Amino acid sequence: MPTAYAQSILEGAALTLALAALAALIAVAAGLLTAAARLWAIAPLRWAAIVYTTVMRGIPDLVLMLLVFYGGQMLANAVASRFDQDPIEFSAFWAGTLTIGFIFGAYFGETFRGAFLAVPRGQMEAGAAFGMSPARVFRRILFPQMLRYALPGLGNNWLVLLKSTAIVSMIGLADLVWMADQAGRATRQPFVYYLVVCALYMILTAASGLLLRRLERRYGAGVAHAQF
Amino acid sequence: MEFDTALIVENLPLYASGLWLTLQLVAIALAAGMAIALPLGIARAIDAPLLGRAVAAYIYFFRSTPMLVQLLLVYYGLGQFKWLQAQWAAGNAFWLLFREPYFCACLAFTLNTSAYTAEIIQGAIRNTPAGEIEAAKAVGMSATARMRRIVLPSALRRMLQSYSNEVILMLQGSAVASAVTLVDLTGAGRTVYARSYAPFEAFAFTGLVYLLLTFAILGLFRLAERRWLVHLRPRGH
Repeated sequence: MPTAYAQSILEGAALTLALAALAALIAVAAGLLTAAARLWAIAPLRWAAIVYTTVMRGIPDLVLMLLVFYGGQMLANAVASRFDQDPIEFSAFWAGTLTIGFIFGAYFGETFRGAFLAVPRGQMEAGAAFGMSPARVFRRILFPQMLRYALPGLGNNWLVLLKSTAIVSMIGLADLVWMADQAGRATRQPFVYYLVVCALYMILTAASGLLLRRLERRYGAGVAHAQF
Repeated sequence: MEFDTALIVENLPLYASGLWLTLQLVAIALAAGMAIALPLGIARAIDAPLLGRAVAAYIYFFRSTPMLVQLLLVYYGLGQFKWLQAQWAAGNAFWLLFREPYFCACLAFTLNTSAYTAEIIQGAIRNTPAGEIEAAKAVGMSATARMRRIVLPSALRRMLQSYSNEVILMLQGSAVASAVTLVDLTGAGRTVYARSYAPFEAFAFTGLVYLLLTFAILGLFRLAERRWLVHLRPRGH
């Protein structure tokens, strides 16, 4: 493989990783908000969270991305002309990041909800009995333990998220897939370059798996494991 | 900006043919994928020597790479090989299939879903209660009879829940078919957008149809659970 192509594919991989990491941050924030809305006693908030989760999980990521990419630009233009401003460019990068972030926000939300519910009630009661304020109980007791229950689900969601970033190449973003596509056309060796893409995704997946196992060990500290 | 419903009504025939193509692709992939996944899942679950390892590698490859790339690999990638080009030039009917986007999409989707389904089947088989297998051994069933009469019927029931997820993911994943020139449901939305530059009408309606399809699939699985998981339902006294 010529070094020029190797370099451009690595650049594409860097973009894929950056986009996936940003989208994951958005997804964690959106997921925590969704879980909070689902668990709160205020009915309209709960319904809104249910509608959000259902819509995001029922529509293909590609369709939502096309809607956000083309629709977002149109919306940005309309808003700009309303206020007599020059139109702002709604970039493919943000369209991709926001779409994937909010789609996985729905999946993360379900994971967080289940994890919050899995923390035994007695833990919070014990915190209150120690004289901790509700905020401190949340920060020191509920949240760290919730994370332990959420981690396996979050790990799975992250792997799915990472793979779903491949579709950003369809709105013209120069990610891993797009770079390999160009290299494959130029060299007339598309098979070789798509295989390279597969190998890179497999490396990223394996690396994520290792990292997740370490995190699980860290947040699982102090939990008794059955010995056989 | 306003929402132009007439545009959607005008293009209903296009959406309908897109929907039909999406349904075909998903149905073929799921059916063929299940046929491949059953033996693979069993081989993996019983740790068949050699074969079990190969199946694990197969599952690992398809589960850790994006389906879009798998599709591109089949449709654009294979054309790289001189040998295949020679077959095409010779007019070999079988190998000419690999130039058809429809066939390539079916193939890529089938292989992809077969890997996920094999993993689900494997998990369901491994979760068979030990007592059921002991009981089957105690009445003198052979290994094949045990698998056919005891393990598979209960494992296939147990996998219903996770398989419904896979079916929905397959439906949503099939949207990438529009990357290889196919006009499926997503392709129909893209065509409408390209003609009218009306993204909200074109894609919001597409999304709505997918949403309804998702509900329909969930409903079907609820019916299936009522039929096959009836023994697990809470009983009234």
